[in-house]
Amino acid sequence: MTMAAMSELDVNKEPPVSPAPVEEPVDTTRKPDARSPHRPVSGQLTELLDETVGNVHCDDPFMTARDVNVYYGDNHAIRNVNLEIGKKEVIALIGPSGCGKSTFLRCLNRMNDSIDTARVTGDIRLDGMDIYSKELDPVALRARVGMVFQKANPFPKSIYDNVAYGPRIHGLAADRAELDNIVHTSLERAGLLQEVKDRLDEPGTGLSGGQQQRLCIARTIAVNPEVILMDEPCSALDPIATARIEDLMDELSEDYAIVIVTHSMQQAARVSKRVAYFHLGLLVEVDETDRIFTNPQHKLTEDYITGRIG
Amino acid sequence: MQNTTLILLLGAMAVVAFYFGRSRSLALVGGASKSAALHSLPGYYGYFTVVWCLLPALALMLLWLLFEPRLVVAFVVSGLPDAERQMTGGELNLLVNNIQNLASGDAVSGEVDSVLRAAADRYNEISQWSRRLLAVLVLGIAGLGATYAWRRIQPDLRARNRVEQVILYLLVAASSIAILTTVGIVLSVLFEAIRFFQKVPLTEFLFGLNWSPQTAIRADQVGSSGSFGAVPLFTGTLLITAIAMSVAVPIGLMTAIYLAEYSSARMRAIAKPLLEILAGIPTVVYGFFAALTVAPWVRRAGEGLGFEVASESALAAGLVMGIMIIPLVSSLADDAIHAVPSAMRDGALGLGSTRSETMTKVILPAALPGIVGGVLLAVSRAIGETMIVVMAAGLAANLTANPFEAVTTVTVQIVTLLVGDQEFDSAKTLAAFALGLMLFLVTLCLNILGLRFVRKYREQYD
Repeated sequence: MTMAAMSELDVNKEPPVSPAPVEEPVDTTRKPDARSPHRPVSGQLTELLDETVGNVHCDDPFMTARDVNVYYGDNHAIRNVNLEIGKKEVIALIGPSGCGKSTFLRCLNRMNDSIDTARVTGDIRLDGMDIYSKELDPVALRARVGMVFQKANPFPKSIYDNVAYGPRIHGLAADRAELDNIVHTSLERAGLLQEVKDRLDEPGTGLSGGQQQRLCIARTIAVNPEVILMDEPCSALDPIATARIEDLMDELSEDYAIVIVTHSMQQAARVSKRVAYFHLGLLVEVDETDRIFTNPQHKLTEDYITGRIG
Repeated sequence: MQNTTLILLLGAMAVVAFYFGRSRSLALVGGASKSAALHSLPGYYGYFTVVWCLLPALALMLLWLLFEPRLVVAFVVSGLPDAERQMTGGELNLLVNNIQNLASGDAVSGEVDSVLRAAADRYNEISQWSRRLLAVLVLGIAGLGATYAWRRIQPDLRARNRVEQVILYLLVAASSIAILTTVGIVLSVLFEAIRFFQKVPLTEFLFGLNWSPQTAIRADQVGSSGSFGAVPLFTGTLLITAIAMSVAVPIGLMTAIYLAEYSSARMRAIAKPLLEILAGIPTVVYGFFAALTVAPWVRRAGEGLGFEVASESALAAGLVMGIMIIPLVSSLADDAIHAVPSAMRDGALGLGSTRSETMTKVILPAALPGIVGGVLLAVSRAIGETMIVVMAAGLAANLTANPFEAVTTVTVQIVTLLVGDQEFDSAKTLAAFALGLMLFLVTLCLNILGLRFVRKYREQYD
C-alpha cells in the first residue's frame, strides 16, 4: 500500500464496511446493524439453530435426511441436517461458500466416500432405503442418484460414447439399436440433439461450455436415474447457456427429483419449488421458494438473500 | 603472474567497482534519503559498474588463453635456425613437444643440444612476457571499463534494465551449453561415421546380414563383403528391447494403476520409495544379476521344459532389463494418470461406475497419450541400455527371433569394438561410430515420436 493510501485510511475514522468472508463467523454476525441490536454472536449460533426454521417436510418425500452430520477429519462440516426431498420437485440449496451445501449434496449419492477423511453419520433414505447401510452398493446408488458437476466434465470420447457410457456399464441396452435409441432420447431431452446429431462421432470435449454441460446432463439422464444432483451446474456458463439449462431443469422436473446447489439466488428463485438455506454447516431455513424470497423467517436467511452477507 | 592471482585481483576490482558505482549513484542525488530520484535501486548502479569492469576483461582473458599457446609456439618456431624450420609437420611437432617439455622441466626424447636449449629458454621467456602482458591488459581493461561505467552513471540511467539484460544473456549462454554439447557429440560421431562409410558402403552397413568386424581388420581382407552388416545387431537389440518392454510395460502400468487409484496412502508411502530404489540400482549390478542369477535360471527352466537355451540368452538379458525399466514406466504412467482431471473420475463415479470401470473406460483412455509417450521413452532407454547386455547378452551376432538363443546388441558391439588398444583408422573401430550414429538416430526418432504423441493429444483434456 502506498503512503498516500495509508494516510487516507487514517483520516477515515470508520473503515469502509466491506463484504466479510463468510467463513469467519465473527464477521457475519458482529456487523453493526441498527435494526437488530440483539443479533446473535458466533458462540450462540449453534444453540440458536437447534431447529431449522420453516418446513423441512414435503408432501411426497422421496429422499429423507435425518440428523445428518459430516466430518472431514476434525472439521465438522455439516451439523444435524434434516431435510426431505420430494418426488418430482426442484429443491435449491443456497448459502455462502463453505456452508456445506455441496457437502450435503455429495452425501446424497455417497460421493463423499471417495474422500478418505470424510465421515457421515445420521440417516439418509432413498425411497425408504437406507443409503448408508452396509449392504448397499454405492455404485448402484449412484446409478439411481445421478450427478451433474460444477465444471462440465465430458469424457475424452465421442459425443455418442459419452452418453452411451452409462447405459453400457449398466447394461441398459440389449443391442446397438436400443443403445442408439437411448443416446438419441437422452440428447433430445437434454436439448442437445439438434445441435450435435450430425457429429455424434466428434469428441465431446470439442463442444462449447454450455453444450458440454448439457452433454453431461444427457449422460446423466441416459442412466435413467430417479434423482439428479446438480452442483452449481451453471456457474461456468454465460447467461444464454444458463437459461437453456434452467429451461431444461424445468422440463426434467416432470420426471426427476432435482437437487441443485447454486450461488445465484435468481436462479434458485427461477427454477426451484423449495429452497434450503445453509449457513456454516447448519440448515437454517427451508421453505417454499416464494416464502423464502418474500418473507424469510430467519434473520440469517434474510441477510443472505438481501445481499447483506455472502 | 598466475591466472588464479589475476582472477582474484579481478574479483577484488569488481568489489571496489560495485562500491564506487553504488556510492556515485547516491552521491549524484544527494544521499540515501533521496534515492527515490534514481531510476534504479543504488545496488543496480553498483552491478552496472561491475558488469563493465568484469565482462570485457574476462572476454579478453578467455580469448588470450585460447590463442596464447599457438602464438607462443609460432614465435618460438620462427626463431629456430633454418634447418629446423624446413622440417615436415610431424618432425616439427615432435620438436615443439621437446621444447615444451624441456621448458617445463619434463623428460625430453633424444639429445638436448644448444638449439633445443635456446629454443626452450626462448619459449619460457615468451610465455612469461605473454602472461605479464595479459595481466596488464586485463587489469587495465577492467579499470577502464569500470571507470567508463562509473562516469556514465546518471540518475536517469536505466541501470536495472541493463543489468537484467546482461543476466538474460548469461542465462542464454548457460542454456546453450547443453545444446552445443549435443551438437558437438553428434558432429564428432557423424564425422567418424562418414570416415567409416568411406571404407564400407552404406548399403552394406544398413542391409548386410553378416556382422563379423574382426575379419576386416586384416589388410588382405579389407573389402571382403558381408562383414559389416548391422542388421543382426539391430534385430538383436529389437529382440531384447521387445522382451524388456513386454516385462516392463504390463508390470509398470499395473503398478502405476494400483498406486495411483487403489493403494492406501500408507501403502503408497512405502511402495513409491521402494520403486525409486529399484530405479537407483546401478545398471552394472543389474548386469551381474542377469548374468549370474537369471541367465542360469532361464537355462535350467528352459531345459526342464525341453528347450535348448544358450547360457547367454536374449531372454535373460531382456527380463532383467525389463525389471530395470519398471520404475521408469510406472512413474511416467503414474504422472499421466494423476494428470487426468479428478472431474473425470467424479463424472464416471457419479454415473455409477465401479472403480475399475472408471479406470479402464475413462482414466486410462484419458491418460493414454502420456502413457504411450512414457513407454516410447522407456523403449529408447532400453535400446540405449549397455551394461546389462554387455554382461548378460552374448557377442554372437545371430540373426534370430528365438529368445533362447544368444544375440548381441548395438551397444554391446560398440563397447567391444572400442575396448582395449585400437587403431582409430581401421574400419573395425570406425564401425563403432557408425553404430553409435544409427543408435542415436533411432532413439532420437523415438523420442520425437513420443513427445509428438504426448503433445498431440494432451490439449484435449485441459
